[in-house]
Amino acid sequence: MNVQLTPDGRLRHLLTLDGLPRAILTQILDTAESFMDVGEREVKKVPLLRGKSIFNLFFEPSTRTRTTFEIAAKRLSADVVNLNIATSSQTKGEAILDTVDNLAAMHADMFIVRHAQSGAAHFIARHVAPHISVINAGDGRHAHPTQGLLDMFTIRRFKGAFHNLTVAIVGDVLHSRVARSQIHALTTLGVPEVRVIGPKTLLPTGVEQMGVKVFHDMEAGLSGCDVVIMLRLQNERMKGALLPSAQEYFKFFGLTPEKLALAKPDAIVMHPGPMNRGVEIDSEVADGPQSVILPQVTYGIAVRMAVMAMLAGGPTA
Amino acid sequence: MHASLPDVDPLIAQMAQAIAPTLTPDTALVGIHTGGVWIAERLHALLKSPQPVGTLDISFYRDDFSRIGLHPQVKPSNLPFDVEGRDILLIDDVLHSGRTVRAAMNELFDYGRPASIRLAVLVDRGGHELPIRPDFVGLTLTVQPHQNINLSRLDDGHLTLSLA
Repeated sequence: MNVQLTPDGRLRHLLTLDGLPRAILTQILDTAESFMDVGEREVKKVPLLRGKSIFNLFFEPSTRTRTTFEIAAKRLSADVVNLNIATSSQTKGEAILDTVDNLAAMHADMFIVRHAQSGAAHFIARHVAPHISVINAGDGRHAHPTQGLLDMFTIRRFKGAFHNLTVAIVGDVLHSRVARSQIHALTTLGVPEVRVIGPKTLLPTGVEQMGVKVFHDMEAGLSGCDVVIMLRLQNERMKGALLPSAQEYFKFFGLTPEKLALAKPDAIVMHPGPMNRGVEIDSEVADGPQSVILPQVTYGIAVRMAVMAMLAGGPTA
Repeated sequence: MHASLPDVDPLIAQMAQAIAPTLTPDTALVGIHTGGVWIAERLHALLKSPQPVGTLDISFYRDDFSRIGLHPQVKPSNLPFDVEGRDILLIDDVLHSGRTVRAAMNELFDYGRPASIRLAVLVDRGGHELPIRPDFVGLTLTVQPHQNINLSRLDDGHLTLSLA
């Protein structure tokens, strides 16, 4: 049984986009669309989650994701508590479920969880009482579903549909929970061609089985693309044996205006942030007319509002 | 029980006649999704109002959200004018409990402070649960609590009322 859905098929937790039906993905994107104008109004709030308590449970540091979840919850009128657990009770050795039980005893209604360990959000979701929902805000290399959804929202806003697109995901797919969520969402929403581009050492073995085409050079991979998604190259990868150097990586896989010219002239460039300028992306592209990197951040608020609103309402399963 | 209900078009025409003398060039018509928007569009054409029609989807303001959850098809609200200081004519198809109108007023105030809000409904079916009454009404009926009045729009745009 899918722990994310109620027996009658409504969203119960959001842990991964893997296995979520297209109808639910589309419903989230449509609901986010109607939340878009709330940020433009005199009063940037709707009363949907009034009286609900949402806990941002971040076992791993994050600025943008945590902040946009916080803004989204506040625009829904929820009360938000931020816990950066890496720096508090975890260092005192408290077990994760003890932390969760304590917060549940404070009448939590929803947990937003980020953790370095894959599966952490699932683990919490299986443990909590029926009225509590869990949103995965990134677990290890596994999934980052709200990032995947906001990327789909961005693509739909700029390209209108999914059925006629070629989308390339470039860089460190191996360590990227974002890439996994994107691939699941893109294939579920009916994108006919999803490509991954990167050096052999940074692509997972068997990635073809996720329904993507594999490329090891940018020239072939970017040709004819409508959407180019750049992934962050984590600095720590450089210290291992996976890559020779940042300069070398930029030379082959960094997105420069010249390489971007291989994609369609109206191709959009996306990045989940934070960017390493001059490593995976040239500043001229990041700040250029084809970049939609800042709209992604704005859309992230509406998408997270949509997910929270769909989880918080209705009878508990 | 199947009762025959009157044609919708004459009811709207009669509402327009009652509304016309009270309308200023600044008054904005705002329909509540979905039936209220259909009526607002009809009234807008009859009254030749210079302001564009506003639409409200009150899903984010419902008082039964925690019981029944979010409506699966929320449409964006669209108020293409400044609400601050404006006279608003709020329009819905059926007035029943009054909870939808309350939610709509709450939403309007999040866009600004209107000078006034008046309410026009095609059908007042009774069963009010809040101190909300229409200023303009097409038809007043007393309907059993278990019955529903529905406004539907045919492919040719024709509006019909039914009781089920």
